[in-house]
Amino acid sequence: MTLALQLLGIHKRFGSVKALTGADFSLEKGEIHALLGENGAGKSTLMHIAAGMVKPDQGAILVHGSPLNPGSPRSASRAGVGMVHQHFTSIPAFSVGENVALAAKWAVQPRRIHSRVVELSQRLGFDLDPDVRVETLSVTQLQRLEIVKALATGATILLFDEPTGSLAPQESDALLHLIERLVLQGGSAVLITHKLNEALKHAKRLTVLRRGEVTLQGAASQFTAHDLARAMLGEDMPSDIRAPGHSVGGVVVDAVGISVMPIDGRGPGLLGATFQLRAGEVVGLAAVQGNGERELIRAVAGLVRPSRGTLSKPQPVAFVPEDRTNEGLIAQFSITENMILGSDRTAPWVHHGLLDTGMAGQAASRLIERFGIIAPGPDVTAGSLSGGNQQKLILARALEMKSPVIVAENPTRGLDVRAARSALRQLAEAAAGGAAVMIYCTDLDELFLASDRILVVSGGRVIEAPPRPDREMIGRLMLSGASAA
Amino acid sequence: MRSGITRGGEVLRALFFVAGAIAAGLLILGAGLHAAGYDAAAALQALWRGAFGSWYAITSGTLVRAIPLIIIGSGIAIAFRGGALNIGAEGQFCAGAIAATWVGLHVGGLPGWLAIGVVLLASTGAGALWIAVPVWLRLQFGVLEVITTLLLNFVAEALVSLMVQGPLQEARGFYPQSDPIAESARLPFLPGTRMHAGFLLAILLAASLAFLASRTLWGFKLRAAGANPRAALVSGRIQVPRMVATALMISGMLGGLAGGVEISGVSLALFQNLSPGYGFTAIAVALLARLQPLAVIGTGILFAALETGAGAMQRDAGIPSVTVYLVEAVIIIVVLLVDVFSRRHRNVMVPDSPAAG
Repeated sequence: MTLALQLLGIHKRFGSVKALTGADFSLEKGEIHALLGENGAGKSTLMHIAAGMVKPDQGAILVHGSPLNPGSPRSASRAGVGMVHQHFTSIPAFSVGENVALAAKWAVQPRRIHSRVVELSQRLGFDLDPDVRVETLSVTQLQRLEIVKALATGATILLFDEPTGSLAPQESDALLHLIERLVLQGGSAVLITHKLNEALKHAKRLTVLRRGEVTLQGAASQFTAHDLARAMLGEDMPSDIRAPGHSVGGVVVDAVGISVMPIDGRGPGLLGATFQLRAGEVVGLAAVQGNGERELIRAVAGLVRPSRGTLSKPQPVAFVPEDRTNEGLIAQFSITENMILGSDRTAPWVHHGLLDTGMAGQAASRLIERFGIIAPGPDVTAGSLSGGNQQKLILARALEMKSPVIVAENPTRGLDVRAARSALRQLAEAAAGGAAVMIYCTDLDELFLASDRILVVSGGRVIEAPPRPDREMIGRLMLSGASAA
Repeated sequence: MRSGITRGGEVLRALFFVAGAIAAGLLILGAGLHAAGYDAAAALQALWRGAFGSWYAITSGTLVRAIPLIIIGSGIAIAFRGGALNIGAEGQFCAGAIAATWVGLHVGGLPGWLAIGVVLLASTGAGALWIAVPVWLRLQFGVLEVITTLLLNFVAEALVSLMVQGPLQEARGFYPQSDPIAESARLPFLPGTRMHAGFLLAILLAASLAFLASRTLWGFKLRAAGANPRAALVSGRIQVPRMVATALMISGMLGGLAGGVEISGVSLALFQNLSPGYGFTAIAVALLARLQPLAVIGTGILFAALETGAGAMQRDAGIPSVTVYLVEAVIIIVVLLVDVFSRRHRNVMVPDSPAAG
């Protein structure tokens, strides 16, 4: 057994926060190693240290037995460590080939770049046109591009940061097979994830981090999902999220044949969708990103106007946007300021157009307490909160509107299990309280957990899934519209 | 409410840093002058005398010069808060001055309060008109106001030249300047000085805008629109384009008004190069005040003092007055740097992970 990558006794603090305390990690040559943990457990930090992007306070990094210069991306890259990021890092206006050349620091020789990109992608078993502009790629293709970029730099140790986060089940499977293929060709891979089944199914060994410490390590075959959840959370997994026994009421949102132009000029938009939302139910929306789900959600939220059809809905509709830091919150504003962002003249802290900041602050403090937002106080900036707490703040604000309709766009994105469950539970409770709730979620497991029924958006059309569908069926429906997003 | 209503401690801190920045600026100026062979001590003394050396210097030099800076600067503070970069105040000032002169020449028959009112209203309107074009271009076609407002400065300056050699040229047609405006259209003076009522107007405007910006729902929405337009729209349901347009209109109107006040209180006639760059200095004044209109009063007086003192320095010590721009630049750089560092220090992120945070 040879070790491709070793991290020994890694300590790292950010300000007063201990991100890692004496973490050890080893990756065998030719294995897929799953790295699990909640958000803030330190898994991304550990891999950023391996890739030289973060300098550890203490500890050693060894690649194939020889030490790396800590905090030097160049040293890591030269040793063959490459990271495939969670957020895509390509330049949309450049071609695929140009992006690869840029990442790998190749000389600008278009023909040579072309052939090398084709060769790399064929080696991996897919086609990636080097001449096409990155902005026209689907999420799956973008991910492949990221992998090609990493391989082009000569990486043999690939660190995947939550790679299946925004994929349909079939696409996730395809990606994981791709990673298996890479490993068969002599590479080694770390798979950062919080999907337990994915880790158990595809990894040879796994490591679980909790609050910066390794709580479990060993061969995947000797653990169950239950063991992993325990090691991640320090307690058993929170169980069901749906409040039982609530009744479904009358129609609150009624859409008849609505069409919506594509929001970013990409994808099909929404093409003649008909659906209803009723009081007291949670409707799950399943879609491969870019098939019209964004247009549907935003039309119901009242942010875009349908170009055709009729859409009747109450005003205003509470909305939880997917992009927390760009659309949900103003990062440099305080919690209070973010909470009152949507206030109009009728808000209790507005008197004759004047803002009563003291009263708003008190209201914010109450929300912080009621929704369990972990923050030193209402005056800290929203940008300083963790992702889970940012989402709690956004949800708190949406739920406080007491709107009869709540739409949430991927409310669990980037959240760990516990935070994701808590977000879904809050939405389910709102439905139990009589609101019509619509959730789009890229994670089908979460969608199944949270929804009373499921609508599939595919190629701009809406299909109602039959009662009690399974993953395979939903997956087929998601891909049926055949609009390459 | 961090940037909305600053706490006492923060104000003191800010003052401390501004004072330090001024000291640094003057020190660098002194060192430079010394290195160039001038008598630095004498130069700085002249600078001080020119700005604050006497009652007359304060009231007739520094404060008179501060008036347009405060009026324009508080308008720019509002625009910048909303994320609208009006850098065309110089042009709006010219437009306001032209309108004030035109109207001022024809209101001799009206009582003083009415004549002044009409003149100032006309200049405000002209400023609004001058910025209406960039506003329309931005709303309709998304043309950046940074470019349009800047370019319209040159048009406005050319228009002034055209006016003083054409329709508004003095009756005897000798110099490229207008006749003096009617007596009744002139702002009242503080006896024995050149200080005019525009100072009170400037303070009043800055105070009202400060109130608007930090105490009202509108001011909050404006700041949200400027801080993050997407979040303001999606999560705040704020009509961002309308906020931006309003903020730009306010700053344009104040630019025009400053031109009217200058005509009605200082120059009493239209000239070429009426403004020594008020519209641009006012941007620095607003930035140094961290876009707080009330603080603009202080920074406006500071820059007016430096530029007034620079004139004295040129007369008494033979040092080119432009050197004072060095001091202004150093002050701004120091304050902005302190700002960046203190922000970085204050917002120690609590990351989930450094990149995925």
